[in-house]
Amino acid sequence: MARTVPALIVGLLVVAAGIGLVTLRVNPYLYFAGYVILQYVVIATAWNILGGYAGYVNFGTPAFFAMGAYTSVFLIQSTRAPLPVLILAGGLVSALLGLGIGYLTLRLRGVFFSIATLALSIVLQTMIMNWEYVGGSRGLSVIRPSGPPFGNYVMFLFTVMVTLAVVAVVTARFIERSWVGRGLAALRDNEEAAECMGVPTLRLKLFATTISGFLLGVAGAPFPYYVTFVEPNSAFNLDYAVNALAMPMIGGTTSWVGPVIGAVLLGSAQQLATVTISSEMNLFIVGIVLVAFVVLAPEGLLGLVRRLRGR
Amino acid sequence: MAGALLEVQGIVKRFGGFTALNGVTLHVKAGERFGLIGPNGSGKTTLINCISGALAGYAGRIVFDGGDITTLPAHRRTRLGIVRSFQIPKPFTSMTLQENLDIPLEYAARERSQDAAADAAAILDSIGLGAKAHLKPAGLTQIEMRKLELARALAARPKLLISDEAMAGLSSAEVDDILAILFRLNEQGITIIMIEHIMRAVMRFCERIAVLDAGQLIAEGTPQEIVRNHAVEKAYLGE
Amino acid sequence: MFSWDLLANAVVSGLLLGGFYAAVSLGISLIFGLLEIANIAQPAFVVLGAYAAYVLNNAYEVDPILTGLAFTPVFYVLGAVVYRVYYESFERRGDEALRGLVFFFGLLFILEVSLSLKFGVDYRLVQTAYTKTSIEFGGVGIAFRYLVPCVIGIAMTLALYLFLSRTFYGRAIRAVSQDQQALRLMGVNPIQIKTIAFGVGIAAASLAGALLICIAPVIPSTDRDYIGRMFAITVLGGMGSIGGTLVAGIILGVAESFMATFFGPSWSLAVSFGILLIALAVRPAGLFGR
Repeated sequence: MARTVPALIVGLLVVAAGIGLVTLRVNPYLYFAGYVILQYVVIATAWNILGGYAGYVNFGTPAFFAMGAYTSVFLIQSTRAPLPVLILAGGLVSALLGLGIGYLTLRLRGVFFSIATLALSIVLQTMIMNWEYVGGSRGLSVIRPSGPPFGNYVMFLFTVMVTLAVVAVVTARFIERSWVGRGLAALRDNEEAAECMGVPTLRLKLFATTISGFLLGVAGAPFPYYVTFVEPNSAFNLDYAVNALAMPMIGGTTSWVGPVIGAVLLGSAQQLATVTISSEMNLFIVGIVLVAFVVLAPEGLLGLVRRLRGR
Repeated sequence: MAGALLEVQGIVKRFGGFTALNGVTLHVKAGERFGLIGPNGSGKTTLINCISGALAGYAGRIVFDGGDITTLPAHRRTRLGIVRSFQIPKPFTSMTLQENLDIPLEYAARERSQDAAADAAAILDSIGLGAKAHLKPAGLTQIEMRKLELARALAARPKLLISDEAMAGLSSAEVDDILAILFRLNEQGITIIMIEHIMRAVMRFCERIAVLDAGQLIAEGTPQEIVRNHAVEKAYLGE
Repeated sequence: MFSWDLLANAVVSGLLLGGFYAAVSLGISLIFGLLEIANIAQPAFVVLGAYAAYVLNNAYEVDPILTGLAFTPVFYVLGAVVYRVYYESFERRGDEALRGLVFFFGLLFILEVSLSLKFGVDYRLVQTAYTKTSIEFGGVGIAFRYLVPCVIGIAMTLALYLFLSRTFYGRAIRAVSQDQQALRLMGVNPIQIKTIAFGVGIAAASLAGALLICIAPVIPSTDRDYIGRMFAITVLGGMGSIGGTLVAGIILGVAESFMATFFGPSWSLAVSFGILLIALAVRPAGLFGR
């Protein structure tokens, strides 16, 4: 517990820095881009709790992200709930989704979980496209609440996302260093041996899936207010699927640091690239980078650094 | 049955159309050194998997330490004190040897261990791996891997230790090494079930031996009785 | 709004579609069902095959089925190469669970985006003598563009079944999934066998792709529609059972056809996903699995 307090203090300092950055009122584009990069910090960190720590690959990140976003849309349309409620609700819905898919597939081999998540996004997208209340396939306009802190809603969302990123990273770090994290590492290394050594593998896997889903939903909840026009193709965008994999792979999957590095590097690169190359080219390059890292540097940048230092 | 630590009653296990175990019943007394032998494919590992909980979907009943554990998942059985080592070692590759032992100390033996780090170091020392405690399993030799398997099983504080072919492929001296460790553990009160093909180890170590062939128990008795048993001879050598 | 005509039509198109679905799933049935390699990039290879058929049909009016057949050696080699990379990078190191999966996802992604870059997102289709014609049979209309793929699909299933049960390499492939040691003792290299099997699986995608573009126009993201279907069929049919693949394909085809006829076409993907989840939850070994 003593080790968590310094981490929390650092986290609070980061949030304060975020707020400070906002009050400085630098180039407004920074806040738009910064929001996306921070969103990816949450997404990559969330993915890694299940993928890196437990070794179970979730290909359906868009499903969890979009369910967070569309839960928000639903609540905005029906109750005009405040942002904290939207975030919690989005997180809870995606957590339940994770628990559900996990419960159905985690007793089998890991590959079935992955295949189920792959099909999940596509099916959920189809279902949302048929739901008129949240806009269906045409999409829905969402009006930002008036009178935001800092006078500008995007700047406010920027600070919200800073906070969410800190929460996600602190959570991941806490899990990683706890007995849960050690159990997850054991089941990642050899699930059969872990179970025979007393590790309740099913329970831990369900825990990881639920937390991961929760954080992904939390990342998606502010999305409607960020884009102001929500439609299924953007909420379920394949970008989320491939980036959620590439960022932890590039940074390194065994620690909370890896997804952060990957999100900042790859996210920034993509933000810079969107003005110069087409989004398809961007995706193509991310795909190549992902395969290159998986084949040549499976332990990511963290692993390379460790190797250079000589262990 | 009184005095029995483990009772296996009428275990039947099928894989699709293939019956691996066809009604196996046996018991192991507390503190005993018990041997389980049989030709390849006779169902020894399947039986062990059913006892340890690695396999489900079998018919029959398993009673351990007075309690019915038939439907318990594997990790619960480990916590109760049934620990098995694996024929092909399955170490946690991303962790050091010490950390490998921390897992069972933390998860299986929590109530029974005061200072995990010291316990892990002590177990590694007692088994001869103390010097490598802070290394990862990748650089270990064959016998060191087997010792790690045993060490990890020990860290789970077993009442019943199932050693699944821990000596396969080892040299004569190495076999004696492992045998000495197992004797020592038994002296400390741990009941041991040994599955082995190396007959001299089985003969020296076991007080009682059960012989499986094609999923059925064909003989049970002391080493001397088993050696003279005609059915056993037939199972191993054919007619 | 129910009528016997509608029902009959739904059943017939479902059966025809099922034969095609079986063809599309043969590659995965082999690679995932028998070799237990989760090649989630398979649908992208099928779409690649579809585009190959499109290009030759568009430029030289070549029948797509011919293109599909002609390209099987090319796809075979491609599959062999992909397997070697997979083996060297992951299977040998025991890393296939996490990184092998991600590798195939990356491959799926790269293939889809490459097609997008090259061909854009317009729907592409083929023109043949039979794409527009149909025959009447007992009051039900049967379109040739459904019938031909179904018949070829059944033929492919039969061919693969015979290959696996009657030829040396086919039986070796069956054996490699059960006992690699025994194969080695017989002097056969399991890696070579798996390379052949993977190659055959990808080669099947070439022909399946040609059938796909006969049935309906394609765009690069068509692969996503088939991920759920392929795995649902393989799991439902039973891992490693070629006959099971055909049966499961037909079940899925009919189920989807019913949903589409009575509830609207947008729910068809939910059908395959539902079948996949139910099969995994209730009987992961499938209908005919080992």
